[in-house]
Amino acid sequence: MAEAVKSIANLVCPTPMPVRDTVLLGHGSGGTLSAALIREVFLPAFQNPVLGRLDDQAIVQVNGSRLAFTTDSFVVKPLFFPGGDIGSLAVHGTINDLAMGGAKPLFLSAAFILEEGLPMDMLRRIAQSMRDAAQAAGVLIVTGDTKVVERGSGDQLFINTAGIGLVPDGVDLSASRACPGDVVLVSGTIGDHGIAILAQREGLEFDSRMESDSAPLHVLVSEMLATGAEIRCMRDPTRGGVSSTLNEIAQTSKVGIELVEREIPVREEVRGACEMLGLDPLYVANEGKLIAIVAPESASAVLSAMQRNALGKNARIIGKVCEAHPGLVTMRTDLGTSRIVDMLAGDQLPRIC
Amino acid sequence: MKYLDEYRDGRIARALASEIQQCCTRPWVLMEICGGQTHTIMRYGIDELLPPGLELVHGPGCPVCVTPLETIDKAIALASRPDVTLVSYGDMLRVPGSNSDLFQAKAKGADVRVAYSPTEAVKLASRIPERQAVFLAIGFETTAPPNAMAAWMAKQQGLRNFSLLVSHVLVPPAIRALLTSPENRVQGFIAPGHVCTIMGCDEYEALVRDFQVPIVVGGFEPVDILQAVLMLVKQLEAGETRLENQYVRSVSYQGNRLAQKVVGEVFEVADQKWRGIGMIPHSGLRLREEYAAYDANRVFDLHLITAEEPAECISAQVLRGLRKPTDCPAFGFRCTPENPLGAPMVSSEGACAAYYRYRRHAPAV
Repeated sequence: MAEAVKSIANLVCPTPMPVRDTVLLGHGSGGTLSAALIREVFLPAFQNPVLGRLDDQAIVQVNGSRLAFTTDSFVVKPLFFPGGDIGSLAVHGTINDLAMGGAKPLFLSAAFILEEGLPMDMLRRIAQSMRDAAQAAGVLIVTGDTKVVERGSGDQLFINTAGIGLVPDGVDLSASRACPGDVVLVSGTIGDHGIAILAQREGLEFDSRMESDSAPLHVLVSEMLATGAEIRCMRDPTRGGVSSTLNEIAQTSKVGIELVEREIPVREEVRGACEMLGLDPLYVANEGKLIAIVAPESASAVLSAMQRNALGKNARIIGKVCEAHPGLVTMRTDLGTSRIVDMLAGDQLPRIC
Repeated sequence: MKYLDEYRDGRIARALASEIQQCCTRPWVLMEICGGQTHTIMRYGIDELLPPGLELVHGPGCPVCVTPLETIDKAIALASRPDVTLVSYGDMLRVPGSNSDLFQAKAKGADVRVAYSPTEAVKLASRIPERQAVFLAIGFETTAPPNAMAAWMAKQQGLRNFSLLVSHVLVPPAIRALLTSPENRVQGFIAPGHVCTIMGCDEYEALVRDFQVPIVVGGFEPVDILQAVLMLVKQLEAGETRLENQYVRSVSYQGNRLAQKVVGEVFEVADQKWRGIGMIPHSGLRLREEYAAYDANRVFDLHLITAEEPAECISAQVLRGLRKPTDCPAFGFRCTPENPLGAPMVSSEGACAAYYRYRRHAPAV
């Protein structure tokens, strides 16, 4: 046994601080490492007021019209998964980034980074899936690019997209607009995409098949906006999950957020998989869900509008915005106690036992 | 979800909490051994429901936290060899070694893979005969059976490119060491239900007898923890010392005989270093002589790698229940999950990480 502590000065862990001289996988997880990367590398390099808003899309004025403009990259593995593939995911993800700004999505670009040796048939299937997804959503893929890298320099196929949409007059959604008293809504069950991907990738078998929730949300968003309700902010909780999205909103708006554990909708099989793997659904990715922060008097109108749409039929009020603990998200547990819902540093690591 | 929702039921939990309030007339110090139990206590705020004099201190039962620094250094050294693929449980990757961690080794080109089960590593080894696959076999009695199975399977298959870097710890010798220490404050233990599911209750009976201390084998859900606390408080208030089993839906007195047999065939008891605590006699497992060909320490001659752990690190105090994570001046300030200074901040089961995630009192800067 170690000796007793001799003085308070010795109570500091003397292990050296790890040096961040290389990019780690965690920098791409959507957690605090990703935020640090943006803050320390990209913001100082590109600084301007449009970028500085740090929303999912940039809103720019062109000849009196407000354009929403976004870009996204897709590196999902496996390329095909229950409920979609990298192509449909790229279309949906880009549409959703535009839709979260309240924009009507119009045009997309698609750039492909292909690894030498990728079966042509696979590429054809992915292109067709993108065309189908774009057609169904009423957007056009109007420009693109292709690069091929040597075998071993890429992982089969990466897709980069950009998207342009028009923001209707009077719509102003931003993560900086949440106010104390506002209500937090989620459009349906959380964690479906991440668990479906994980199950497929790791060959985990469950009683029921788990499907990604990948879907375009722009119609749901336009129906929510059509209520005329005071919607402050919308976000799609992709990588990093609901917790990272809410933490970002809390920090940007300098407010606290209080969730109610029992109100958060999670599919039974997703809960089961999370229990088994030691994961928390609040940190698992979604690709067809949105979080909306809404003024309290508008909450019920927005909720009913959401529930009328198939993509929002499981919508719920899951918490509220508060004045206390600005920048922090907390959760009232079923036991009546309260805990912090933190932003993760990097990827969620499966527990050992 | 069946067998889960019942054990997270707010009404049952509050009823147990009020019964504890009624039974408890004096201050008591209890320790939950397992990191999974610490995680539940923090996540559900169970300590907020207890009477003020009843203190829960957090035991050394986070396998990631107590894995010695030199095992991490060895794993990093192995992973950095061009001929080695290192396979590990996910939460070992961020644990700081002396100078680096496995994530950073991976970023610099090391072949590090995450597996949910060590048998996946055996399958991987047979797929990559040109490389050496090493599994970082850490944990308590709970991971010993699958780790033993991996060695057993590799031997059956005659694999020549698979080995285990073993750092296994055992719970009862650690409780014995805690109780023998002159600094000990703990008056009752919640024993780890998963470990007892494998090993049974025999060894805990001996601890109760030798140290006259009540032990309750407990589960991992809020209702489990509260019920185990109530059982301990009742014994302490009545001046009794018995072994009781709260986690009857999983733990039988004799444990899982089949699992014990596999562990006994592959491993033998050995002295073991615990990170933050030091050497505890007979508190670990090593591969038996018959399995020497699967022992990464012998295959790669890693004996030259040693690391001295600083005795003044507060994680030593935290892991022995002498101090709370919030007593550390670095907590939430210089030491966060992004920049963990000590192992208990790394694993989600580590006491510091549980405090940070669910109840940080010091501001993060």
